[in-house]
Amino acid sequence: MTAAHRTWGTPAMAYRTLRLLRAAAVGAATLLPAPASAQAHGGMDHGARPMQGGSAPPDARDPDAYSGGYVRNAGKYALPASQALAMSDQHRFGAVLVDRLEYVRARGHEWAAYEGEAWYGTTYDRAVIKAEGEVASGKLAESKTQLLWRHALSTFWDTELGLRFDHGHAEPNRQWLAVGFKGLAPYWFEVDATAYAGPGGRTALGLKAEYDILLTRKLYLQPSVELNLYGKRDAQRGIGSGLADGTAGLRLKYEITRQLVPYVGVEWASTFGKTADYAREAGEPRHETRFVAGMSLRF
Amino acid sequence: MKPSVVPPLLVPALPRRRFVQGLAAGGVLLGLPSWGRAGGPPQPATRTGSATVLSGTEFNLEIGETPVDFTGRARMATTVNGSLPAPTLRWREGDTVTLRVRNRLKEPTSIHWHGIILPFQMDGVPGISFPGIAPGETFTYRFKVQQSGTYWYHSHSGMQEATGVYGALIIDPLRADPVAADREHVVLLSDWTDEDPMRVLAKLKMQGDYYNTNQPTAVDFFRDAARMGPRAAFDQRRMWNEMRMSPTDLADLSADVLTYLMNGTTPAGNWTGLFRPGERVRLRFINGAAHTFYDVRIPGVELVVVQADGVNVEPVTVDEFRFGPGETYDVLVQPKEDACTIYAQSMDRTGYACGTLATRAGLRAPVPAPDPAQWLSMADMMGAMGADTAAATHGGGDAAVAGMNHGAGMSHGGAMPPRQHGGMAGMDHGAMPAAGAGTPVRHARSEYGASTDMRVDMPRTRLDDPGVGLRDNGRRVLTLADLRTLDGAMDPRGAEREIELHLTGNMERYAWSFDGVEYGKSTPVHFRHGERVRVILHNDTMMTHPMHLHGMWSELETPGGEFLARRHTIPVQPAQRISFLVTADAPGRWAWHCHLMLHMDAGMFREVVVA
Repeated sequence: MTAAHRTWGTPAMAYRTLRLLRAAAVGAATLLPAPASAQAHGGMDHGARPMQGGSAPPDARDPDAYSGGYVRNAGKYALPASQALAMSDQHRFGAVLVDRLEYVRARGHEWAAYEGEAWYGTTYDRAVIKAEGEVASGKLAESKTQLLWRHALSTFWDTELGLRFDHGHAEPNRQWLAVGFKGLAPYWFEVDATAYAGPGGRTALGLKAEYDILLTRKLYLQPSVELNLYGKRDAQRGIGSGLADGTAGLRLKYEITRQLVPYVGVEWASTFGKTADYAREAGEPRHETRFVAGMSLRF
Repeated sequence: MKPSVVPPLLVPALPRRRFVQGLAAGGVLLGLPSWGRAGGPPQPATRTGSATVLSGTEFNLEIGETPVDFTGRARMATTVNGSLPAPTLRWREGDTVTLRVRNRLKEPTSIHWHGIILPFQMDGVPGISFPGIAPGETFTYRFKVQQSGTYWYHSHSGMQEATGVYGALIIDPLRADPVAADREHVVLLSDWTDEDPMRVLAKLKMQGDYYNTNQPTAVDFFRDAARMGPRAAFDQRRMWNEMRMSPTDLADLSADVLTYLMNGTTPAGNWTGLFRPGERVRLRFINGAAHTFYDVRIPGVELVVVQADGVNVEPVTVDEFRFGPGETYDVLVQPKEDACTIYAQSMDRTGYACGTLATRAGLRAPVPAPDPAQWLSMADMMGAMGADTAAATHGGGDAAVAGMNHGAGMSHGGAMPPRQHGGMAGMDHGAMPAAGAGTPVRHARSEYGASTDMRVDMPRTRLDDPGVGLRDNGRRVLTLADLRTLDGAMDPRGAEREIELHLTGNMERYAWSFDGVEYGKSTPVHFRHGERVRVILHNDTMMTHPMHLHGMWSELETPGGEFLARRHTIPVQPAQRISFLVTADAPGRWAWHCHLMLHMDAGMFREVVVA
């Protein structure tokens, strides 16, 4: 996730997680910058206009109204454009955020998993590479890599548009077109929801949510959930249509510095429906409890 | 400048105390390996402490790199004549001064004379007033000095303002100084970071609260729940969490990344200003920090504020004042003890700068602990509406809502014109004033997008609120409402028209702007040459912004339109709406910006055209 939002959770957090997931599943519309959502959640409905989100009323002020027709770097007293003042709002920044770099152990098996992203760009438009995968016995067992254009849509929400590449060991690769959104829901839930479309009419939906409960200034608990849905069966990859798999995790993280955060945790993973049948045929369990230990890094 | 030589990840965290206290010997480097320039001549260490005073009409300033060590880690600073702070320049009102500034850096540089009235080509903002000073070049500034008082100067290029290019500027009045003192000291407060400031900004772009180490925790919740009941503790958090805003967002940068300096000296270094017993001492306080608001006091000593931003004011006696980057206050003190501590805690209470006034070197007085950090109040987030909401929810005086029950009277502040100093005789207290801060709020259409995280519809307009962390602290704290420029407004005309601009930001994205539009996408603000114009600044953020207009004075007024004080830098508090008058008598192009360096650099910046 791009930023560790660390607030303390409310007692009704589990309920909120469910509510959030439901909202996410209903689709982007419920959470997107829609004024309805922001207003309802913002608690600003005291008979006044909302403090966040919304759209400008027709009589809103024109931010250029005071220019008198003047522009920067041309006209009276101006320096030529070649000498224009450029500040950080026109600067491109970049970051590498490794969310999970972890050792996983379940049913006597062990492997490594990674998930993270790198971005580069301005405040409002960034090129993003998202990567996640598993490495077992020194081989890349499974990976999902996305190349996205992230655009800031509203105060807390970004849209993402790009490509996803799935690679599986002894499985055919898949390519997808990705359209999604990510951002921060009220109460500091980090949400990522992306819809995919691939050749042959394949479709998919990936949903993620994460929350940080700050126990102390340095120690925090991070529950997370992830669900993957598919529109069409893909027998070669052991995927049925509908809800295919889901993961719920709980990681206890200790922030040595903002950049170096080791953790331990537990994850519950399940497959559902036809996907579960494929798993059974392959000799894998429907449910699995995993113990994880790793670290988050950021540069 | 790339001061980071070791990946910060690999460097063990310094003991926090060292960040707060710093090293005693800031400029002296022991065992420093040859720095940067292989085979070059050894570089002398930066001179720190009280700066050399240069006076006269001709000045030669050389901007270069010299090493410093404030925390135990050697770093390069950018300095003027090898000194941090830069030499104190002493001018005389009426003189024409010539300043030859030579650039010995590998990047362009500039000097801006902060608060000085001069032709725009001499103002020193690269890209607006002149092309800047290229490496190896010398630029000659020449202008007539038309004012007196305490000012300062600093680089307006890149992040050099954070890495050492700042110094005091004192202009002696042509006529007798109305402020009589036996002796004077410059107290220049600043902040230092061992990191490359651009890297600091990059980290804030990665995570807006990167340096906020005071986020509410579960432990805080249970403590509050035990104290005030779970319901009240929950309510106190509900709004913040719903809105995805942090009540502890008091400063973007904290002692986690900053070391606070007084005259280029860490608290451990204990800058000392000497006086003789019984003397009346004039302290010229300058906030030359890149990003720190300071709350300044001298325990046991009354501060008589006699000047603000270089302009004499009616003396006002206080125990403490807050000032932001760019502001200056001159204060008269008459210490009774042999030693007393000048204590300047940062607004977020993570650290402090301090020094000693003493009758002889080596004396020290107790150094107070920083006050506990307070949460922002609902009024800081929502303005008058926040105050009303809180009053309705919590009966007005519930301790559950920090800051709401405080003496600033915010529950009856807001859009209504408050009574101020009895100077508004004949005003109808029930009606909106026709002008200024009481006018209806008009948000720009560009404030509804990704660049802003909130809008305030019912702002606070009172100027007698000392601000978060200073409310009801048992000390007399200076507020804007206390300021009265001695000789009144410079221009008796009323405003011919009004300009309303909103201060905006998105803490999550670390974006800062006017009206939701960053500098790079903005058009200039046009003042007609010679006009008297009212500027309304409306703060749609939860931070205080010290707003600095170059080239012309900002004449602050009450919400009812009564003149208060002539300033060059005006702090605008969260959810506050203030107004001031400008006489647009300085043709040219000028900068106008928040003087928190990272806010400025992120885009809270406008060009002003006077034509």
